[in-house]
Amino acid sequence: MNRIKQRFEVLKQQGRKALIPYIVLGDPAADVTLPVMHALVEQGADILELGVPFSDPTAEGPVIQKAHERALAHGSSLRDALTLVKQFRETNAATPVILMGYANPIERLGYQHFIELALDAGIDGVLTVDLPPEEAGEFNQQLGEAGIENIFLLAPTSSDKRQKMVAEMAGGFIYYVSLKGVTGAGNLDVVSVKQHVDHIRTLTDLPVCVGFGIKDGASARAVADLSDGVVVGSVLVSKMAELAACGEASPRAFSQAVSSLVAEMRDALDN
Amino acid sequence: MNKKASIDFNQMPDAHGHFGPYGGRFVSETLIYALDELESIYRSLKDDPEFQAQFDYDLAHYVGRPSPLYFAERWTRETGGAKLFLKREDLNHTGAHKINNTIGQALLAKHTGKQRVIAETGAGQHGVATATVAARLGLECHVFMGEEDIQRQSLNVYRMKLLGATVVPVTSGSRTLKDAMNEALRDWVTNVDDTFYIIGTCAGPHPYPELVRNFQSVIGREARQQSLAQTGKLPDALVACVGGGSNAIGLFHPFLADESVAMYGVEAGGFGLGTGKHAAPLNDGIPGVLHGNRTYLMEDENGQIIETHSISAGLDYPGVGPEHAWLKDIGRVKYVAIDDDEAMDAFRHLTRIEGIMPALESSHAIAYAEKLARQMDPDQTIVVNLSGRGDKDILTVAEIDGITL
Ligand SMILES: Cc1ncc(COP(=O)(O)O)c(C=O)c1O
Repeated sequence: MNRIKQRFEVLKQQGRKALIPYIVLGDPAADVTLPVMHALVEQGADILELGVPFSDPTAEGPVIQKAHERALAHGSSLRDALTLVKQFRETNAATPVILMGYANPIERLGYQHFIELALDAGIDGVLTVDLPPEEAGEFNQQLGEAGIENIFLLAPTSSDKRQKMVAEMAGGFIYYVSLKGVTGAGNLDVVSVKQHVDHIRTLTDLPVCVGFGIKDGASARAVADLSDGVVVGSVLVSKMAELAACGEASPRAFSQAVSSLVAEMRDALDN
Repeated sequence: MNKKASIDFNQMPDAHGHFGPYGGRFVSETLIYALDELESIYRSLKDDPEFQAQFDYDLAHYVGRPSPLYFAERWTRETGGAKLFLKREDLNHTGAHKINNTIGQALLAKHTGKQRVIAETGAGQHGVATATVAARLGLECHVFMGEEDIQRQSLNVYRMKLLGATVVPVTSGSRTLKDAMNEALRDWVTNVDDTFYIIGTCAGPHPYPELVRNFQSVIGREARQQSLAQTGKLPDALVACVGGGSNAIGLFHPFLADESVAMYGVEAGGFGLGTGKHAAPLNDGIPGVLHGNRTYLMEDENGQIIETHSISAGLDYPGVGPEHAWLKDIGRVKYVAIDDDEAMDAFRHLTRIEGIMPALESSHAIAYAEKLARQMDPDQTIVVNLSGRGDKDILTVAEIDGITL
């Protein structure tokens, strides 16, 4: 069974919510990502979302844009992401890993070839920001055949018709974008999130996780109470950026920095 | 049998905005609703006589259309070969073809009731054209512009400010047009409820390539009639520069079904096609996905979009409208490149022998048309799209000449 499904079943039995941290591959340096991934898991991350850097990340706010730029400055690529996850799997066979990114690097590699490499690396899900259902057709089918979950976004602006369409195509979980805006924006509206999540639940049995705008234990808890889990990105990335700006280079320092943030959120979700 | 003859060019794109494998709607979920809304407003107004009449009225009385089709007699004589005609988009209000499109999109914006418009700009011509229509309609206007372009095109920046627009400097990525477009998309996602995005070229997600083409097609419709009236026949060839491709598709589209008319889209060859430092994706790029559509792109082996180079800010873009990608593949239009030096020579030449100073973008078309004319007969005609005037480029040219103004 796909690790994402498995993980949500376990969480459900335990009555717990999923904590899904997001970091960018190769940010700020190639040797940082793997230790940080392990550290995130140690602190209680349920699923890891690995951002694949792209030159034109149109859905990202300034914090994550800069992370993409830092990673690209030393040539991080989709191939590197696949290699890295394969390494991660050498010592972790249980934690689901999702690649989140944009269509063009995958298109360049070739969709089918990408899927072969992703299977080999042990990737469980893919979230391609600029491949909405209309454009994802064939890739979605190929992913399905390979047993890799294709994760789709739903937004506050998604019409009822689209919510149904996405619910039909989506795998893994539904990623509900909590606000109109880019990643890292601050205008989270819990009442609106509740309405939308409740409605999505009437359309699908998939878990619904919420991302964008979650920045601490309190906001994570508030949103998790209404859903099945939270995706946390900009706060982690911004912490790493602070360290990088101070000239920090030791992978351990980065692991420690994100650890405390993730531990706080885990605690808020569980207690 | 000729495959092209069976294509109905007016039926493109298909219902999902695809031109063959190109085009489409590759955007994040939040924007789909805004694109759906735009498409339904456009569909409801497209064939509405009142909307069309308003558009025609504005083009006639505000823009100053029809723009002349001018027989460049001296240029023709000195070149030797086919007769060279200039479609004078440089004479439009604000000095380029861009205004045709902004008039159209502003009318759509008005119907949505949204009070804020945003735009991306490279050379600043589209920014100026957007700021202009915003001033006229009393709309709040934010124009995103790469920091590098702000320096190259400082005159246009000041024009936009005088018109009441806010020019937002973009410091991410390569700080040029593509990054300005990224930033405009981010703003739109954030302010989607009250903001209308006026895209400046026939790129971006569906329905933009289609509606920009249709608004710009006034260029080709006029050129067709003017050619028939002035020469008694259709032109033998059309030449236009291609950045995103809006002035080119505007000229080409009404002629696509006329098989006798050859078409040449001229990309920016920058330092030369062999150097990799250019902005010619149709000549030297590969298909990929950027800014909401699939098209030819300049990218590296990892699918990262690479920095382009052109002396003209308006052509300095790593992608191209999806309809051009398709027209290239089916062989209906030939895409060629002109490098910086050739464009500069053409700029100086046309200025001196016709008293017409072309935009550096349009100078690429001028340079290619001259080469083409020499290979053609004196009884043949070429229509060149003079997409804009060169006043905005004077500082760039002066700098090349080592002069500080
Ligand atoms: C005068 C002029 N011509 C051409 C272009 C290129 O745009 P397009 O290819 O969409 O016509 C620009 C863009 O700024 C321009 O200002």
